[in-house]
Amino acid sequence: MSLIDIQGISLQYDSLPVIKRVSVQVEQGEFFVIIGPNGAGKTSLLKALSGLHPLAEGDIQIRQRSIGDYSRKELARTLALVPQQINADFPFTVAETVLMGRYPHLGLLAVEGKKDLQLAEQAMEFTEINHLAGRRLGQLSGGERQRVIIARAICQQSKILLLDEPTASLDPAHQLRIMDLMERLRHREQITIVMVSHDLNLASSYADRLLLLKDGEVEKIGTPWQVLTREQLSQSYGCTLLVDENPQLGTPRVSLVSEKVAAKISSEEDACEQKQ
Amino acid sequence: MIGYIPVYKKLIPVTMILSLLLVVSMLLGLTIGSTGDTGAAWKLLLGQGEPDATLEVIVWQLRWPRVLLAATVGASLSLGGLVFQALLRNPLAEPYILGVSGGSAVGAILGILAGFSLFPGLTLSSFVGSLAVLLLVLLLSKRKEGNSDSLLLGGVMVNAFCGAIIMFLISVSKTSQMQKIIFWLMGDLSSASADSLPLLLGVLPCFLIIFLLAQPLNLLLTGRESASAMGVNVAAVMLVLLLTASLMVSLTVCHSGLIGFVGLTIPHVLRMLLGSDHRTLIPACILTGASYLVLCDLLARSLPSQGEMSVGIVTALVGAPLFIGLLWRGRR
Repeated sequence: MSLIDIQGISLQYDSLPVIKRVSVQVEQGEFFVIIGPNGAGKTSLLKALSGLHPLAEGDIQIRQRSIGDYSRKELARTLALVPQQINADFPFTVAETVLMGRYPHLGLLAVEGKKDLQLAEQAMEFTEINHLAGRRLGQLSGGERQRVIIARAICQQSKILLLDEPTASLDPAHQLRIMDLMERLRHREQITIVMVSHDLNLASSYADRLLLLKDGEVEKIGTPWQVLTREQLSQSYGCTLLVDENPQLGTPRVSLVSEKVAAKISSEEDACEQKQ
Repeated sequence: MIGYIPVYKKLIPVTMILSLLLVVSMLLGLTIGSTGDTGAAWKLLLGQGEPDATLEVIVWQLRWPRVLLAATVGASLSLGGLVFQALLRNPLAEPYILGVSGGSAVGAILGILAGFSLFPGLTLSSFVGSLAVLLLVLLLSKRKEGNSDSLLLGGVMVNAFCGAIIMFLISVSKTSQMQKIIFWLMGDLSSASADSLPLLLGVLPCFLIIFLLAQPLNLLLTGRESASAMGVNVAAVMLVLLLTASLMVSLTVCHSGLIGFVGLTIPHVLRMLLGSDHRTLIPACILTGASYLVLCDLLARSLPSQGEMSVGIVTALVGAPLFIGLLWRGRR
């Protein structure tokens, strides 16, 4: 049985449909990436998965149990959400923020014990932010803040991690750092990762399987080679995207080209076909 | 661990120091005043010196209820400010600035005109008034999420509107109580008497409820969805906190009129000193707010050489410049 079983769900925003009868299964320990054009409903799907968005139709089951039957705290112990940003207007320190991840495991007054502090320290070490522990959230850079949010989610000790574009607006070094962190988490703790991303090449080199969404509907589910084809991408994104094999990695490589170049390439290809 | 001090290590010393501050402020409030000798009042408190019937009446029947009222009102307003700031995620939110106090004053005055008694009629009508304003503020904050300016402008307008309604109601009424316009508009603690003591019993459970929700409130500060994803029942927590805070504010407004800026000054200073953890901030706010208003009231009744001025003047003189300073810093 699948770990996460999304059964024909529909979602609405102000009675406007954003997800239409989507069904998908995610297996234990999988690195699953959701891609698709802007407004495809990727973030909404992730929110529904974390119980933040009411379902208009269908059901989501985690370990064969409907998420509606989980209490809020139970759900938070089962899956952890890493939002794109968290509010930093109030001066919490990094350590305090990471410790907040212990909330679903604590009692009414939420007083942290030794074990909670240890877990927070480990999470900060793992995400390489322990040198920032005493700093205020507002003083950090984008990449550092993203790692704090991830550390908080690790501290939550959930076996499923949901990430909403964790690498957006980060430079390549920081993007890799986050993605490698995910890889290590998956191997060391058998954590299942569901990630929304706009970066097709990152998705290609890290994901086991991809879900391509468009206008709230599933366009394609499969391995990177099955989903990231030139025809599929050009049709879904409405622009020409070249796909070839990355010679070093053997994974699909997606290149963005200008309209002019795309026209030139396609006319060359036509000429080639005519010759044959 | 760096960047983290266990809750009890912070909470216990902070509570002890601030309790001491409150006791000292209350002693000063009891012994200093426009009439009577301060030294003699101290002796009376210590049980020394000649028994003096007049002084005893002044200290125990006039000053004591007033000091107690000031402490309760100060604690409620500053805690109210702290809660509104957290719920609206806006460091400038405060019962007076948001117009919540104004709404509850309008409710209270309508209650007086309808002939309600102080409890429960007047308290209830004032509660309804504050809730109405709060609902308006929440709708405004939902429409323009993250836009603190529109929230504050809305509050200013609601406040002006409530002020106008208060003036109108007072000018058309003949009730003798209504002649104390200043009481409602500037905030005043001179109505303190033994009658205002039930107020204390009303706000204490509110303090407890809010303290129990301290950690969910911490999580809420990082965003509603983020809190929800970490296991907080956001809708329930917000509803309970909003109702409790409004009830607390309306209870105090019935007794003191509109006292502004306490809910801005105290939480802000404490947040700078103690950080953002509400498990420490909530008790600190209650104790410091209480001491602050006792001292402000002491200034209000002892500074003028004749009579006294409204305590709202003192809190506004301190709070308004701070508010402008914060607004200035936020712009940069």
